Amino acid sequence: MSALPARRVVAGPSAFSGDLRRFVSLTVALAVMEFKTRYFGSALGYLWQLLRPLMLFGVLYVVFTKVVKFNAGVNYFPAVLLSSIVLYTFFADATTTALSSLLARENLVRKIQFPRVVIPLAAVLTSLFNLLTNLLAVAVFVVATGVKPTYLWFGFPLVVFVLVAFAVGCSLLLSALYVRFRDVQPVWEVILQLLFYASPVIYAIEVIHNQTARQVIMCNPIATLLQQSRHWLIDPSAPSASSAIGGTTRLLIPIGIAMVVGLLGVWVFRREAPRIAEEL
Amino acid sequence: MAAIAPQQADAGTAVAPPSAVSVEAVEKTFRLPHQRYSTLKERMLHPLAASSHDELHALRDVSFDVAPGEFFGIVGRNGSGKSTLLKCLAGIYRLDAGRIEVAGRVSPFIELGVGFHQELAARDNIILNGVMLGLTPRAARERVDRVIEFAELEDFTDLKLKNYSSGMQVRLAFSVMVQVDADILLIDEILAVGDAAFQQKCFDVFFRLRSEGKTIILVTHDMAAVERFCHRAVLLERGEVVALGEPGAVADRYLELNFSGTAPDDPERLGATRGGDGAGRVVDAWTEDADGVRQSAFAQGTRCTFRAEVRFEREVEAPDFAVAFVNAQRQNVFVAHTAHGGEDTGSFGPGDRAVFSVEFENSLAPGRYALSALITRRGSGDAVIDRLENVFTIVVTGARAAGGVVDLPHEMSVRRLSDGSA
Repeated sequence: MSALPARRVVAGPSAFSGDLRRFVSLTVALAVMEFKTRYFGSALGYLWQLLRPLMLFGVLYVVFTKVVKFNAGVNYFPAVLLSSIVLYTFFADATTTALSSLLARENLVRKIQFPRVVIPLAAVLTSLFNLLTNLLAVAVFVVATGVKPTYLWFGFPLVVFVLVAFAVGCSLLLSALYVRFRDVQPVWEVILQLLFYASPVIYAIEVIHNQTARQVIMCNPIATLLQQSRHWLIDPSAPSASSAIGGTTRLLIPIGIAMVVGLLGVWVFRREAPRIAEEL
Repeated sequence: MAAIAPQQADAGTAVAPPSAVSVEAVEKTFRLPHQRYSTLKERMLHPLAASSHDELHALRDVSFDVAPGEFFGIVGRNGSGKSTLLKCLAGIYRLDAGRIEVAGRVSPFIELGVGFHQELAARDNIILNGVMLGLTPRAARERVDRVIEFAELEDFTDLKLKNYSSGMQVRLAFSVMVQVDADILLIDEILAVGDAAFQQKCFDVFFRLRSEGKTIILVTHDMAAVERFCHRAVLLERGEVVALGEPGAVADRYLELNFSGTAPDDPERLGATRGGDGAGRVVDAWTEDADGVRQSAFAQGTRCTFRAEVRFEREVEAPDFAVAFVNAQRQNVFVAHTAHGGEDTGSFGPGDRAVFSVEFENSLAPGRYALSALITRRGSGDAVIDRLENVFTIVVTGARAAGGVVDLPHEMSVRRLSDGSA
């Protein structure tokens, strides 16, 4: 008989530990599968993934430029609106699917051993695929509306990166809590609505004349990210996140909120991971 | 057993034998809340309710070692903890105490086709399932053709899984499993699937894996499979190891547990319906094996003895003693009665004691039997001194249940009388 492979202790499930390679291939395989199947039954298939934000854009565009005109005078407002919708939709999509992902993938969780964090991560990754294709549409639209490319564009991937990281943090927290408390779902839906209106999506931040209200809005990490993406990607003359919140130091508030949520997510998920298979 | 697991035989030497899987004093308890509060509102309305729960002790102090290359069976009745044990081995449940070590990659097959997606084609599912079971995506892609070939599904590769019959899905899943080369395979109850031809193929695979020296742990109800494949087996009952070792013996013990319903030395004795005038009383009754050890389970073909101890309260002249074995269909399968012998049983006075014994070759069919004891006055069949129905039950175990009520010692032969073609 050949030499025995190294012995190891079977430690039971955990959030993160395990073979990194398997971790990555599992996450990707799950995300790809989800991506492939999400729009399988519909005639337009994957096009829906593009059409959905575009149609939302169409509705909001008509309402907020033709009916309600408080955004008049905002440079490239359609481009701002579309890019904001795409970024916000990613965040909402990723966190909503991740929230119920552990329950939806119950058969995996209960039947095989793997780092549990793979499941919410795969959900975020699926949404990320959609975000990347949507961003292509945004790029085309931005160029078509006459926005001049600047070196500030190089900052935009940073916005996307931070947004994804924040989405991951929220997803860990939500998915772990959802195993125990099913009411996390409706609560999160309401919070997402709140975040939508508390972010400069359908309005530009400078149309809020009340200084305090503006600064409160900018404490929301999503608002910070959207504002900064507008500044970097579309209109360098628009206020950056730091000037909108009233000083760079104040940026520590949204950054702090995001970090606390993220760390809380990691902590809760780690704590819950070993027993998820039993609690489901 | 020693020949099959040489590493085990060396256990006496100073160096511990390397085992492929070692399970040491494993404990697992599940908390079963009396009522599940899964919304915040309910939790707020019942802030203390969370503390109310039952504990299900699913595994208690389970220990065993599996040698490399051993085919090891885990058997037990429903709810005995065998699937929990397998999930602990697979790392799906966290242990409450104890330690499990494995040498090599473990592939758990708790269920066939984990992660199969009905909307995807067979090819995608093979890759996905392969990755789940521990292959790299590249290795999984390379094996797709072999998997499909083994499953004999060449004509259906691009069909969505939902259009497969359930049998085809099982074949596909099993084929993926076979192509994932792990060092240690954990297999839960999958022999019962597929048509006869595919089952034979599964058996062939098991034999092949066995001869290739894979370590395999099989959870099953199927004692025939245990005796056919396993080198050793462990029997769990209420989370505890009740038998460990040679598969035949473990299978016998399993049948015994299954038939007796309760643990063998359950004190459900002498509790039954009682009648008679009370001039004498059966104070104890039991069965013994050939070595005189009290038993309630007997293998077919062994020698066993029924004994009843009787104490007399009044003068009784030449009483008759009888014992009846009643099967599950309430038939008297075997009755032994001193009246038929005709010999004098003697006279007894108050305080006298006697033991009535019936020794017999056990040719009862496998199953459960209730025993009734009877003491009557001689000559008058209805003058009952003591009548005890269902004093206790015994279990007869045996691998060959031909279907008869008894299994008498017999010889068989087939002799050709004439040759039709001549």
